[in-house]
Amino acid sequence: MNPVTKPVMASAVGLLVAVMGAIPALADTLETVRERGRLVCGVNTGLAGFSYTDSKGEWAGFDVDICRAVAAATLGDGDAVEFVPLTGKTRFTALSSGEIDILSRNTTWTYSRDTELAADFTGTTYYDGQGFLIRKAVGIESAKDLDGATVCIQTGTTTELNLSEFFLSNGMSYEPVPIESPAEAQQQYLAQSCDVYTADTSALAAARSSFADPTAHMILPEVISKEPLGPLVRHGDDRWADIVGWTVRALVAAEELGLTSENVDEQAAASKVPEVGRLLGTDGDLGAMNGLSAGWARDAIAAVGNYGEMFSRNLGTDSPIGLERGLNALWTNGGLQYAPPFR
Amino acid sequence: MAHTALTIATDRIRLPHLLSDTRYRDKTLQAIAAVLILTVLGWLISNTLTNMAALGKPISFGFLFDKAGYDINQSLIPYSPESSHLRAALTGLVNTLVVAAMGCATATVLGLFIGIARLSPNRPLAGLARVYVEVFRNVPVLLWLLLIFALITEALPPPSAFRGADHTATMWLSDSIAVTNRGVFVPSLSFTTPGGAWMLVAAIIGAGACSFALARVADRRQRATGRRPGTWLPALGIWIALVGLAVVWSGPALTVPELKGFNFRGGVHLRNSLIALWLALSLYTAAFVAEIVRSGIAAVAEGQKEAAASLGLSPGQTMRLVVLPQAQRVIIPPLISQYLSLTKNSSLAIAVGYMDLTGTLMGITLNQTGRELEAVLLGMGFYLSVSAGVSVALNWYNARVQWKER
Repeated sequence: MNPVTKPVMASAVGLLVAVMGAIPALADTLETVRERGRLVCGVNTGLAGFSYTDSKGEWAGFDVDICRAVAAATLGDGDAVEFVPLTGKTRFTALSSGEIDILSRNTTWTYSRDTELAADFTGTTYYDGQGFLIRKAVGIESAKDLDGATVCIQTGTTTELNLSEFFLSNGMSYEPVPIESPAEAQQQYLAQSCDVYTADTSALAAARSSFADPTAHMILPEVISKEPLGPLVRHGDDRWADIVGWTVRALVAAEELGLTSENVDEQAAASKVPEVGRLLGTDGDLGAMNGLSAGWARDAIAAVGNYGEMFSRNLGTDSPIGLERGLNALWTNGGLQYAPPFR
Repeated sequence: MAHTALTIATDRIRLPHLLSDTRYRDKTLQAIAAVLILTVLGWLISNTLTNMAALGKPISFGFLFDKAGYDINQSLIPYSPESSHLRAALTGLVNTLVVAAMGCATATVLGLFIGIARLSPNRPLAGLARVYVEVFRNVPVLLWLLLIFALITEALPPPSAFRGADHTATMWLSDSIAVTNRGVFVPSLSFTTPGGAWMLVAAIIGAGACSFALARVADRRQRATGRRPGTWLPALGIWIALVGLAVVWSGPALTVPELKGFNFRGGVHLRNSLIALWLALSLYTAAFVAEIVRSGIAAVAEGQKEAAASLGLSPGQTMRLVVLPQAQRVIIPPLISQYLSLTKNSSLAIAVGYMDLTGTLMGITLNQTGRELEAVLLGMGFYLSVSAGVSVALNWYNARVQWKER
């Protein structure tokens, strides 16, 4: 072998060996998060009440708080989160490629996403439904009168599929204006490039709250779909799915048990209620069963408050969004929010 | 001597010879390289397949035949939400081809004029052309696209502005064209006789062919006798006869867009996304085409122009008959690259919601089915075939117009 070809050959063989050896394994997400020291969480690019950057430039909102709660439960620090803003189109790829640990971005739980998309939904944080936002000046009272309307719709969403089914089954036609982000949708809607903006009613309420004159717009009475929204993780890491799911359930249970971000420490020391003791780690060690510390739920509740606090701070009637609890009330108040027992 | 060489070649090839003997070394190294490349490639493919299967998403193209379920606003082939994902992809592909063809045509015409203007002795005109080229060439096409789209959306009136007694906007050309922020609505032609459109097209092609034949006859007569017979009168007669007959037979009718309900109905709707994309691609690419045209014209020897002038040709005739035909051979190869760039740049369509191939197959379908790898591979395959097709066609044309040196 001459002196020129030798190193070339050697490096080619070396490259081959290096590449062959680099077969990635499916990692344990909890270990990855602990090693990294922070949670990477996919959120919406900007949706008032759910995921937005506040005046101080910090991420805030309902979906954002879920990330903070999981970070508190796993790392003991609700601020140890890196937020990755994702559009409706990029979100699933970001999750399946491992770019993010959790997707907490008003995403609807559907059969095909759970199965074919190889994602695992860990629970419903917000029960929503698709609606239509329209100018009051148009003078339409019902979604059944939308024949021929131009509709702004975020592409790659379940709303897009519901929309075409709704118009088809009612024998009406429409002109879709495909858009990428809520901000773009609002801009197009306000410029009257479209007559109606369709999205989950919560998102419509959020959008309307940011308009200069919210009273000039109304959400039509028809809710045309079920949109259970919640965080999701990759298929195949069952412990991680349990951690995310039970963190959310801990927040719901906390509301039911009267634990708040204010009183959680005091209750941990004083409460005689057995389930409070189990949840907060003073009675037994539920955390260890899931690879977490004994105080995991306590940390989560201290970081973001219970479900009710989270709701009223971000979305409730006292917030600019002004949404009623409705289906999202606790089961004890006639709603659907229900946490299985902590035992 | 020849004998010994032969014996080495046939009888005594041993393994070390493959590398030490200069006659075999190249082939041996190439064979090894080929094996290595194929191994790496094979490993990459099998690794991808394994990992996708491990993620619970084995590679499969079956999703193409499932119901798409989403709507596409511009479809030149029949499409409904009931159609398959494959059909959605084809609809997107047709939309890509439409905007690419429109863009290439406009960019060529515009670029030709600006390129010629840059070399004009008229200083202000040349300066203006220069400013145009610099401004459009040095700002990314995506920004032009967003700017034009924003201008259309924000500055033009919505359809509701045309409504009612106190309307703030009016239609153009005696209420036949509506320019709105949702696009431009123009009257469309329809025919009372079935197949009337084809009849009219056939008549126009036929009349065109007759005019061409007349011109050829006149050319031949001119070459033989030095006198050119007038052709415009018989040509006009043929046009009137053929097209007139077709019009009478097919019974064309104009459908004028009308404001009904939310939108204008009837006529042809050129969506603002298509207009913005078409304008942005044309204006941007025209700057590059102008430079190509300028370099092509500059490559034609000055003596050619002087010779043309001495024959008494006007500057316009000189450009059209002498300079441009010679400049063509310099212009066409880089022009092909510009056409390909424009076609690929059309994938920016998604920024303004134009449903091209990137918007349908690699956008919504990818997202609704979660088949990233398959959709992106297919999308790349489509773009590759379109680009290769354009390239082959234009290279063939280029070979035809090149200097034939004998």
